[in-house]
Amino acid sequence: MKYLYLLFSGLKRKKLRTGLTILSIMVAFLLFGYLSAIRQAFDAGVDVAGADRLIVRHKVSLIQLLPQSYEARIERIEGVDNATHSTWFGGIYQEPRNFFAQMPIVPEELFDMYPEFVISDEHKAAWLETRSGALVGRGLVDRFGWKLGDRIPINATIWGKKDGGRTWEFDLVAIYDGAEKGTDTSQFFFRYDFFDETRAGGTGQVGWYTVRVSDPDKAAEVAAAIDAEFANSAFETKAEPEGAFIQGFANQIGNIGFIIMTIMSAVFFTILLVAGNTMAYTVRERTNELAVLKAIGFTDSGVLGLVLGESLALTFVGGASGLGLAWLLVSMGDPTNGSFPVFYLPTANILIGFVLIVVMAFIVGIIPAVQAQKLQIADALRR
Amino acid sequence: MTANNTHGNLVKVHGVDKVFKRGSEVIHVLGGLNLDIPGGEFLALMGPSGSGKSTLLNLIGGLDRPSEGTVEVGGERIDKLSDRKLAGWRARHVGLVFQFYNLMPVLSAQKNVELPLLLTKLSKAERKKRAAIALDIVGLSHRSGHYPRQLSGGEQQRTGIARAIVTDPTLLLCDEPTGDLDRKAGDEILDLLQALNREQGKTIIMVTHDIHAAARATRTLYLNKGQLSIDPVE
Repeated sequence: MKYLYLLFSGLKRKKLRTGLTILSIMVAFLLFGYLSAIRQAFDAGVDVAGADRLIVRHKVSLIQLLPQSYEARIERIEGVDNATHSTWFGGIYQEPRNFFAQMPIVPEELFDMYPEFVISDEHKAAWLETRSGALVGRGLVDRFGWKLGDRIPINATIWGKKDGGRTWEFDLVAIYDGAEKGTDTSQFFFRYDFFDETRAGGTGQVGWYTVRVSDPDKAAEVAAAIDAEFANSAFETKAEPEGAFIQGFANQIGNIGFIIMTIMSAVFFTILLVAGNTMAYTVRERTNELAVLKAIGFTDSGVLGLVLGESLALTFVGGASGLGLAWLLVSMGDPTNGSFPVFYLPTANILIGFVLIVVMAFIVGIIPAVQAQKLQIADALRR
Repeated sequence: MTANNTHGNLVKVHGVDKVFKRGSEVIHVLGGLNLDIPGGEFLALMGPSGSGKSTLLNLIGGLDRPSEGTVEVGGERIDKLSDRKLAGWRARHVGLVFQFYNLMPVLSAQKNVELPLLLTKLSKAERKKRAAIALDIVGLSHRSGHYPRQLSGGEQQRTGIARAIVTDPTLLLCDEPTGDLDRKAGDEILDLLQALNREQGKTIIMVTHDIHAAARATRTLYLNKGQLSIDPVE
């Protein structure tokens, strides 16, 4: 601690240069933090996907439906614990930018299949009693300021009603919370029986099945058995792990992880050059001072540590403030006004950020530090 | 030529050669040099530029190593010490005063003087106290919070001297301490060095070009072409 003022005093020499370097490091870590939250938003479903769950969809495309009767056949396959179905509703609440996922499902099966959805018994009972009832995630409720008892109109883009209308009205009777931070609480569920009776077409058909396997280690075998069961039928299937399915869904937009990684690599490479340049100049300008430190008794390794410490101070001030700013911005809400299922800066990414700070400090500081370590006092004092 | 005083020698330099290599060129700066300095002496080293005065000072201060020969200070062969031990030895036994002061521009006079004490186990309060005493000795108590740019050349050099004496070193090595000062400020610095030598018994070795400065020393030696002499270089 007694050397701390010495570390920071080195950085105070050229305040403008140090300030600009810290600013550039801060921007890099701000980007890192913010883009990590965006990546997390896209990967959220993948991260919390159950290792014991498979998704079974039409072999050709997700938008092609499967018969509801498949559920019983899937459940008879060895290794399958249970199965439930979902269908993409794709409606619009008020205006298209208010996007969120809406799906008709079988209530009892949903509770069993997704233990990460936390619902009170009171809300469960209310939903089971209300045919037009909707179960809505806490995040979505907060996004639109809904409350229990609200009637929510949704305009259908796919599913017209038998009466020719396209506006479906649902009663908000139940709210679920996430058991984990990454649980998607932006979804809107309603009852399949109500949906199937009311829709104009596609009766008896569903979008996809979620299947729980008894032994996650045998998930691949079970998936193959399901596909084999329906091979050469009019509705052939493709079964895959839930994580892969959600990842594929996200990849329709693009390989978000790769895009973010590419941006971050470019940013960090540039910042390494900027900060490296600053450190190199800082040390070169102080050759004489470093020689004096050695002359009065600082060891070679002490001077090495001092320069590395200075490098760490530089990157830490910039990096920590960048991460802090990212955390603040992320806390203020997602940039899509609630379309992301989750939007937060994961603790793991904050830790990775701090590891990056240390790695950056080392890369940026090691060459000037070694140069300072090798400085010959008598030579340096003559300069 | 040997410049000797055999009683209570603090510094013993025997048969020292110093050779520098610049590319293929080999430069012999010191050749078979012998020098004994008794404790409590104020020795002035004079000689033309490039004669090896600063090189000799660096060897005695453990800032450099001889190519041949031995350097003994206080009974310790410092030419044999490892880099780490030599650094520790310098911190304990050597105070350095430079021509251009070499103060840290971003640190106050107080913090500059405290620098060598960072290497000790002294508490923060004790470090501060000792720095204040050192600044008091050089007459700069009232300027302790000032930065080098806010001090005159003479004041900066006095701060440098305070930094050199704050650890109460065995040896005070001064390389042209008045070389960057006007006569008046130079005289003040020489008064101070003389007082440190006479009143506190500090052993001082001072490299200088200034015959007026050398006159303040108790002994003057002349270095020319790597050899010491008691006579001025002709």
